[in-house]
Amino acid sequence: MPATATAHVDIDRYKRSNPELFSRPLAQRLRDWLLWLAFAAAVLFTLWWIDANPMRIVNGLSKLGVLVRLMVPPWPGDGLWEYCYAMFETLAMAFLGTIIAAVLAVPFGFLGAKNIVPNWLFHFGLRRFYDAFRGIDGLVWALIFVSAVGLGPFAGVLAIAVGDVMVLGKLFAEAIENVDKKPVEGVQAAGGSSPHIVRLGVFPQVFPVMMSHVLYFFESNVRSATILGIVGAGGIGLQLSDRMRINNWHEAAFIILVILVTVAIIDNICRRIRARIIEAGRA
Amino acid sequence: MKLLGQASGPSPGGGQNGRLAAFEQRYRQEQGVRLFWTGAYALLFLVALAISIIVSDFNLPGLITGLPKAWNYIAGTLPSLSFEALWADLADWYWGLRFWLRLLFETILMGFIGTVLGGIVALALSFPAARNLVENTAIYFAARRALEFFRTVPELVFALIFVFAFGLGPFAGVLAIAVHTAGSLGKLFAEVNENVDERPLDGVRAAGGNWPMVMRLAVVPQVLPNYASYLLLRFEINVRGAPALGIVGAGGIGQELYVAIRQFEYTDISAIMLLLIITTSIIDVICETIRHRLIGHDLTLGS
Repeated sequence: MPATATAHVDIDRYKRSNPELFSRPLAQRLRDWLLWLAFAAAVLFTLWWIDANPMRIVNGLSKLGVLVRLMVPPWPGDGLWEYCYAMFETLAMAFLGTIIAAVLAVPFGFLGAKNIVPNWLFHFGLRRFYDAFRGIDGLVWALIFVSAVGLGPFAGVLAIAVGDVMVLGKLFAEAIENVDKKPVEGVQAAGGSSPHIVRLGVFPQVFPVMMSHVLYFFESNVRSATILGIVGAGGIGLQLSDRMRINNWHEAAFIILVILVTVAIIDNICRRIRARIIEAGRA
Repeated sequence: MKLLGQASGPSPGGGQNGRLAAFEQRYRQEQGVRLFWTGAYALLFLVALAISIIVSDFNLPGLITGLPKAWNYIAGTLPSLSFEALWADLADWYWGLRFWLRLLFETILMGFIGTVLGGIVALALSFPAARNLVENTAIYFAARRALEFFRTVPELVFALIFVFAFGLGPFAGVLAIAVHTAGSLGKLFAEVNENVDERPLDGVRAAGGNWPMVMRLAVVPQVLPNYASYLLLRFEINVRGAPALGIVGAGGIGQELYVAIRQFEYTDISAIMLLLIITTSIIDVICETIRHRLIGHDLTLGS
């Protein structure tokens, strides 16, 4: 095949004339190798640190197998209604917590928006402050509120609301910063007063974005609310950790199934609402 | 349909006034329909709100007595620092610094290895879970469901189960993080895979490559920068989430924080939380820088 032969000759010629096209410089290759070596060393060190020897893995896996066998079939026992109510309570906690966080986050959003408060030092400081709150897990807030207001779903609601308000505030601030000037000027040019500007120029742009953030937070809060009960903040988590503690694995597996189904349903509903909001925002 | 019929209703004889009247009527009707639906949704929302207020027994007296208590609690965790003896006070506040730093290090390691192990599993599952890369629908379906299961069961539940099976300590926590990470990263990776350019795939197939070769030579080079960026993002999330696992006995600084909260060691709580906030902020900033560089690198390569 003459065509390939010429191609090979060509390639050889190029290799001789421009070697840098065919291999990267030694320094770069060395750096890559060192990075991979460091990475491998870090992985091995960590495995050593957490004591991950094969014996332990095999033992644990066999125990895990026993647990899984104990879980099948998932069976609610006589606590079916109790679990359904607990799941409902979890949903209520997530809903109320998200709504409270969203309402409180609106003023925080306006405060943090660059085009509302144009002082960069204030802006920077406030943003870092919002970010810092993200570092504290919802479960830690739940622990604090359980200590403050006692056991029960009320503590869970407060934990969700306080944990989310700053993060939502930051997202709202970004939505407000991204407002397009042109509709605002349009309303102004048509002689609108400032309530008109907010209602007709700003609100239609900001509202769909805010709503879709709030829906995302509701979804994620439903997920996290299922575990708040483990520290005593009400809902299905309390039932789950109780069943695990008394080694009732059939019922524990059933509760996990309830959580999975509910989360799937909520995700589906939220996805539909979000699609409609975005569509309405475009129209 | 009804609205359409009315719009064409005022036929030629109506003239301008008739058309205007018809238009206004139609406008009012549409406005009425919109108002109705807005009202219906508002009502639905209010009902849901009322039910959730009742179910979660949210009450104003509770809030009024509870919020100051919560504030007192948070204020109570703050140490008493005086300007004259600042160093002594700080030393007093952070009496267990060395111990905590060790645990903090362990927490970061847990996040790291959990992300790596989960990432490997996610990588393996993301190819069969991408619609454009597998022909067999059963495999696609199974991979998708597995990923969904891994990511929907809360991390803490996995941690509870693994603590049962593998004993107390960071190992169980790492496994819980890894499983959850595999689920959420696998989905993101699969979405990246679904967006690949098909032409290199055809090229490798035409040169006689089998399925693993197509994945390795045509898909991976395209998707690697996105993978790395998602991995870093997940690492941030896992370091932030790892302390919570300590609450069920899965190692790291969370265990110490839980003990401090349970035993009302107020100043310890604020000390550990401050350490956590500083650590997560630093990791956020580092990861963000690397992510921007990775994506920038990718763009320059692409052009």
